[in-house]
Amino acid sequence: MLVIKDLKVSIDGLEILKGIDLEVKAGEVHAIMGPNGSGKSTLASILAGRDIFNVDSGSVTFNGEDLLEKSPEERAKDGLFLGFQYPIEIPGVSMVNFLKTAINEMRKHRGQQPLSASEFLKKMREKKDLVEIDSSLTSRSVNEGFSGGEKKKNEIFQMAMLEPKLAILDETDSGLDIDALKVVAKGVNNLKSPDNATIVITHYQRLLDYIIPDYVHVLYKGRIVRSGGKELALMLEEKGYDWVRNEEVKL
Amino acid sequence: MNTITKATTLKDHFLNLFRENAGVISANSAPFLNRFREDAIARVEQAGFPVKGSEDYRYADIESVFRNDLHHIFGPRNIDLNVREIFHCDVPDLETSLLLLVNGRYYGNGKQLNKFPDGIIAGSLARASVEYPEIVRKHYNSYAGKSKDGLVSLNTAFAQDGIFIYVPEGVKADKPLQIVNIMISDNDLMAQHRNLFIAEKGAEVKIVICDHSLSAHRFLTNSVNEVYTGEDALINLTRIQNEHNGASQITHSYSHQEARSNLTASTISLHGGFIRNNVFVTLNGEHAENHSLGLYLSDKGQYIDNFVFIDHASPNCFSNQLYKGVLDDFASGSFNGRILVRRDAQKTNAFQSNNNILLTDDAKMYSRPQLEIYADDVKCSHGSTMGQLDDNALFYLRSRGIEYKEARLLLMFAFAHEVIQNIKVEALRDRIDDLVNKRLRGELSRCNNCAMQCG
Ligand SMILES: Nc1ncnc2c1ncn2[C@@H]1O[C@H](COP(=O)(O)OP(=O)(O)OP(=O)(O)O)[C@@H](O)[C@H]1O
Ligand SMILES: [Mg+2]
Repeated sequence: MLVIKDLKVSIDGLEILKGIDLEVKAGEVHAIMGPNGSGKSTLASILAGRDIFNVDSGSVTFNGEDLLEKSPEERAKDGLFLGFQYPIEIPGVSMVNFLKTAINEMRKHRGQQPLSASEFLKKMREKKDLVEIDSSLTSRSVNEGFSGGEKKKNEIFQMAMLEPKLAILDETDSGLDIDALKVVAKGVNNLKSPDNATIVITHYQRLLDYIIPDYVHVLYKGRIVRSGGKELALMLEEKGYDWVRNEEVKL
Repeated sequence: MNTITKATTLKDHFLNLFRENAGVISANSAPFLNRFREDAIARVEQAGFPVKGSEDYRYADIESVFRNDLHHIFGPRNIDLNVREIFHCDVPDLETSLLLLVNGRYYGNGKQLNKFPDGIIAGSLARASVEYPEIVRKHYNSYAGKSKDGLVSLNTAFAQDGIFIYVPEGVKADKPLQIVNIMISDNDLMAQHRNLFIAEKGAEVKIVICDHSLSAHRFLTNSVNEVYTGEDALINLTRIQNEHNGASQITHSYSHQEARSNLTASTISLHGGFIRNNVFVTLNGEHAENHSLGLYLSDKGQYIDNFVFIDHASPNCFSNQLYKGVLDDFASGSFNGRILVRRDAQKTNAFQSNNNILLTDDAKMYSRPQLEIYADDVKCSHGSTMGQLDDNALFYLRSRGIEYKEARLLLMFAFAHEVIQNIKVEALRDRIDDLVNKRLRGELSRCNNCAMQCG
């Protein structure tokens, strides 16, 4: 589904990703862990189409097509979703208008009719229940004045509404209480199917108790220095990143 | 038509125009309005025309919009058309009482004044000065007459008619009064009308003014509004400027507010080549409240200039100026907001903000706050921003599949809505939302049936 080959990315001449190789197949859940500043969000942003970074070399294909040459909206329409580490507040743009526009653009792309007002509301109610998001939040402007946890839940709500093929969740679990964490996990697991895949970026093993990853990767200074099964996350939790650092020295 | 040669000054040109036509002007107006003309033309002679670069007209090139060969219609109305038929309002389904102003004259189809059962009077100002001299006398030129601006005096000298609205004490108008101000001609034309709106003690009224141009000619309007908001009265005044880009418009609004009155005046500038709006507000009684709002969406070579002066002449008053605009292409504009807090105006609350989005490098906006505060116990704030659309917000929207163009529109609309949400007439607010949305999408017809391809 997603194939990243030797991806090197820089900003203002500063190299942030120094050759990433990663393959995600349909039906898989991948977890990416790594210390602060290692490049996790950069990788996620690059995949979603943020244009402030330079791709110096390498390639990314999504369902066989060159991802990097597409606009952010084309990627979204192809089924890629990024749950932002820091969701943006957009005063004056209502959640309803925002989601309706997004969903109907996606539908148009797939040659479907736009949802009627009642169909849309029905879908919204359904997903709201699923992610247990407070009803009043969806009658407000996008993320405006939302608490940290509410913003994260809102990302999952949007994911549930848009039903992506590949969801990349950038620290969606950070700052969540344990109930909210379960909700996030439910959102992800609910979407799980043999055709879909998820990449979760996280600092905490606890999320991986609810979302069981098939693979765990450790990103360190712009490189994936280790990959393994879910036991790798446990090992990290136990030994910290010093362990990876020491391993790196040995290499 | 009077041709302005390069050698004559604008002032001389208009002084001559007045001398040559004084008889016709007066014969086609009303005796009471005529009384002011000589004095006003003398003031024009004294003040002259505003010069670009001067204190109050820094960026507005008044000379350039007057220096066109424009016709004037001083005689009896020479157009005979069914305006109601050709005019279709872009603010549909708004339940209003319609008042038509054509080339500066009230157009009532034989009926010069409407007298509603609740006592509201609306129609021709010239006619009202004959039928209700005591009301008109009390207010006409009482507020604008103090102006040192030559253009205001020019209006007083030439204005023959305009809209008169009177809401008696305690009366609450049940539907908005809508003035449709139309310029239509078979040659280039200048018009100067004069409106007078009066809400007596405790009265409430909503007034909507829609400016349109219906033929593809060069137009210039130099109009004056005088607005009296009596004690405890409430006026909601919304102006939608939507002339074509070959039209120039200068509006002067003089508002006088008594104690505990509330005036919200919004000006939504959608189309029009050159627009200058002068807003003067005097808060003359305690606890008066004023909201002056402006929204301008300009592109191509449009010029938009808002000049606002709030005079806190009494203690305990509140004023808020909120002006926002989006400028595209090589459009340019200016905002000048002045707050004067007089020595006795303690416990004043006065706020001002002007926010601009410049979509291109060629779009230009000048913003100037001016605070003159002589009282010591006041709360004042002002702020002005120039910016682009928020890149992070754009990316967020696009990452959800929303096209770049659509995402930009959503953000611009959100920006504009902050002004619109202050318009307290719900039905009207929704219409304006719709108009602004269409304008941003480029779908709004410049003007109905307009042959001029301004764009
Ligand atoms: N816009 C930018 N300008 C300059 N440097 C940047 C920019 N964005 C990211 N960086 C740098 O790139 C490096 C990687 O940042 P990134 O946000 O990808 O880290 P991360 O792994 O997501 O960290 P965290 O766990 O703290 O979220 C950091 O050193 C950061 O300072
Ligand atoms: Mg990060």
